[in-house]
Parts: sequence; C-alpha cells; structure tokens
Amino acid sequence: MAMHAVHKMLAAAADKTEVRPGEVITAKIDLAGINDVYLIVVRSFKEMLGEKVWDVDKVHIFLDHNAPASDLKVAEAHKAFREFAEEQGCHIDDINEGIGHNLLPERGLVRPGNIIVITDSHTPIHGAYGAFAAGLGATDMAAVLINGSTWFRVPDVINVRLDGKLQDGVMAKDAALYVLGQLGSEFGTYKVIEFSGSVVEALSMEERTVLTVMATEMGAKSTYIKPDKTTIDDIRRHTDAPFVVHETDPDFKYAEEYVFDLTNLKSQVAVPHSVENARDVDAVEGIPINQVFVGSCTGGKRYDIEVVAKALEGKKIAPNTRLVVTMATKDVLKESIEKGYYQILVDAGATINSPGCGACSGLLGGIIAAKERCVSTANRNFPGRMGGSVEAEVYLTSPLTAAATALTGKLISYNKL
Amino acid sequence: MKISGKVVVYNHDNISTDQIIPGPYGYIQDMKEMAEHALEGADRTLRQRFRTVGNIFVAGSNFGCGSSREFAVIVLKESGVQAVIVKSAARIWYRNAVNLGLPVLFCPTLPESIKEGAEVEIDLAAGTICEVATGVIHKGEAPSDFIMGMYKEGGIKPMMRKQALAKRD
Repeated sequence: MAMHAVHKMLAAAADKTEVRPGEVITAKIDLAGINDVYLIVVRSFKEMLGEKVWDVDKVHIFLDHNAPASDLKVAEAHKAFREFAEEQGCHIDDINEGIGHNLLPERGLVRPGNIIVITDSHTPIHGAYGAFAAGLGATDMAAVLINGSTWFRVPDVINVRLDGKLQDGVMAKDAALYVLGQLGSEFGTYKVIEFSGSVVEALSMEERTVLTVMATEMGAKSTYIKPDKTTIDDIRRHTDAPFVVHETDPDFKYAEEYVFDLTNLKSQVAVPHSVENARDVDAVEGIPINQVFVGSCTGGKRYDIEVVAKALEGKKIAPNTRLVVTMATKDVLKESIEKGYYQILVDAGATINSPGCGACSGLLGGIIAAKERCVSTANRNFPGRMGGSVEAEVYLTSPLTAAATALTGKLISYNKL
Repeated sequence: MKISGKVVVYNHDNISTDQIIPGPYGYIQDMKEMAEHALEGADRTLRQRFRTVGNIFVAGSNFGCGSSREFAVIVLKESGVQAVIVKSAARIWYRNAVNLGLPVLFCPTLPESIKEGAEVEIDLAAGTICEVATGVIHKGEAPSDFIMGMYKEGGIKPMMRKQALAKRD
C-alpha cells in the first residue's frame, strides 16, 4: 500500500512495516515536552503511581507561558516543576530561556522522523522539520512519562499546495491567514496538513514554521513539510545527530488536495473573533489600534524581530499606541542586542518583555482591556484570548503589518506606508 | 454505556478553550474553584443551568478548539456535566475528554432541534440519542472500539493505575 512519509514515521515508531489511516497504534516517543501551565501532569503522574520518567533525556519542561511568575500561584507551580525536574533528573528550561517550541529547533532537537508530543496545542509547528508532532493534554502526558509511548489514530494527510511567489512585504503569516480564510478553522481536524509548492520551498525554516504553527488553527493533528536542503542545512547548523528522512511513495493519494496561487496575495488580517475571518488588510485599513503585540512562537522569532526593527529604524510609534515586544527565546534576544534591533525598538517606543509566550497566552506581559483593540503577530483571536475580556478585540497579522500599524496607530499594511 | 438526563443547549460553533476556561484561571490548583469559571467566556448562565436544568451539554461544531488545556474538560465534569453532544470537536479537547472519561457523542442533527430541558437517553456504544418525549432517535457517530474501551475503564488514570499495580505484583 502506498504510504505517506508521516505514515512511515508512525509505522517505524510502532515497530510495524505499514500503518493505514484509521488504525490505532502505540508509538514510541522521541521527545516529550511540558509547559508551565500544566502542573497537573505531575499530579496525574503521581496518581498513576508513576515513579521515574521513562527516559530523562527525552523529557523537557519549559517555564515559558507565565515567566517570570506573575503571581503567587504561578510561582508555586514553577517551584513544584523545578522540584520535579530535580527529583527526576529531566531537562528544565527556566524562566530566562523562552518558548519551548522555538528552543527545540535552536538546539537541533527537532529532526525528520521524530515523534514529538508536548502539552501545547501549537506542537504541530515541528512538522516544518519533517517530524510528527502532536499536542497532548496533561493527563495524557503523564502516561507518556511513564510508558514512553502513546496511542495515535493514524491520520489522513491533506496536501495544501501554495504555488507562485510571495510579493515583497508579504510574509508566511499572510499565506497562513489566507488559507484559514479560504478553508476555515476545522478542515484539518484529526488530519495531518502537508504544505508544499514553490512558495513553501522558497521560505526559510523560521517562515515555514509560521505555516505549520498556524495549522493548529486549521484543526491539524500534525503537519508536514518535506525536508529539503533548507531543512537539512538548518538542522546541521545545530546538531550532528543522525536522522532518517522518510519519503512519501509516488503513488500515495492524499485524502484532500487544495491548490492556491499566492503570487497576487496581499497582506492579510484575521479580524475578531475567529482565525478564519481573514481578509485583505486594505479592506479594513484605518481601524484605530490601542496596542501592537509582536511575539509568540508564531511571530517573535529572529526574522520577525528583524523585519519589525528594520521597519521602525529611526522612527517613532504613533502616540496613543503601545508596542509590546516579547522575543521568543534568549537567542533571539541576544541577536537583537548584537544587531542593534533592541536599541531601535526601544528608541521607537516599544515596551520589551523578557523572552516567553507573553501576551499570546493571555497570562501576562500586555493584557488588553475591554473594548481595546490589539494587532498581534501571534496565532489566536478568540474572545478573551489576551487576558480574559471577551470585549477586547485581537487582529492577527504579519510582523510587517504589525510594524506599519504601530507607526500609524491604525491598521495598515506595510506596502501602503 | 447508557446515559440519560436533561439537556442544556448552547448551539454555537467554535467554542474555544479560552471561552470554556480562560487561560488566567489555569493556575488555580483546586479544580472545584476553577470550575466556578466554567464557560465564563461563552455564557455565564451555563454553569448555573447544569445545576438547575440538566447534566447533558449540547453545543455546535469544532467544540473545544484552541489550547490543549485539559481544564476545558475538567471544569465541565466538575460542573456536573455527565455527557457532551456536539456536531464536532477539536482533536485535543476530544482526546482529553476520552482520557478523563467524559462521554462525548458527535451528532449533526440533535443540536439543531433539541430544546433546553428536554430529556434524552444516550446509547454511547451505538452512537444514538433518543428524545424521550417524542421517541425521535438521532443517529450520531459511534465511538471506535478503542475509545469505548477507554470509556469502560473510566479513562486513562484508572488504566494506568491498574498497569502499575499489575507490575508490582
């Protein structure tokens, strides 16, 4: 039977020669990640009579969602995580390191063929590297920590082919929002979304991860981008560890295929309160914006900070608008200092937080009030997402649109500046 | 597995985990206390209605989209919800529900027609829901044998405890 590369990875992880969509398998896990929202993992681990995690090298705890601790409850949770990591001897990235999803590829820990589970819905981001990566709930994760494996229903694979060439000023985020606008927020549920085509091939690894992380908002279980020279070069800059690239069989039939030519794509915005409310920024240009948030695993990476800083160089943000920048990781922060971006951002009037998930999680670092509007480079605009007020409005855009909006105080695409 | 009770209806699509339990409450360690905020971002009366109207919650499609937070299942259980009938659900929310032993049935027709307070009988393994007053039967999607196996064990925690105790013997 013709198999997709993802099916071959799952078969290998299940010690099988082949798997079929719909079949339930038990797959060995290469990396398990836990973030600081889910101390319940530790509680469930104990309730399941767990004693030692199955492999200390494969377990990573990230204190990234609410870092540094914003209140006493969070501080207590962080303390309990540090104690658990100490007791078990597993990895822990403390509050200074940044977002787990971005730390892993920086360390060469995401490689083709890997089976990755993290207690975070944006885990499908790692399919950009040819890994199979799915989000899990906390109690599910506790069982993984004990068994080193978990069950998966082998998913169908959908191919989203992005043809043509993105124009200057148009980013991967615009492409992702456009796909959401066309296909909605549910088309990928229970399935793997593969991204292919000339647009994808031309993107850097960081920009590819914007497609795969936004696939979470398309409902995807996991994602896949066929590893190519860009992928392999990026991984080899970080690690010499071996990996196997599985190839999709030439006669494999996708469950669904969608083709878009993005040559004429303009900057996109997802207006409140759904990720699928995507339209041209030009169509809603001029909406007054109280805050611009640049950050998250989706929009706080090296390249995002670089394009925002270059757009703001020598300029000031508009009066009555706030610009909150939260870099994804410590390495992004260091580079921003080395290359002068940090200085540019501060001079332009930005408020800069320490690395982490920040306001995207709605927990700290730029929560917005009722009836305020925020343009965000992050990934969700659900009611109450940025701090609890369901009357607050979040507009999702690319980093370039965010920078242009910060400069004018009104929603506007960079190409219209 | 049969479950009967009266329904609380909120037939809206794309109810996200941010609405079921807003992120900032995620650090509350007492689940009963957390559950006081259940569905706060959707409709503040729902939690009360689980006490006064019924224990079977009916909603629309893509229920539980968004974050992986298991609290979005826990707060429903803590609020007394015995079963959930939706047109469809987001993957992680559904998986969490199975792991925590909260029966979920996918049914495209019932959320459209059922009235608040109506009494229903769910046959989970068969994937059917019967409206008691009229005898109308709605055909939903029966869970796979694997999922039914998880439900019968009461979720993943009892399964794992059993595994651990078996190893010790």
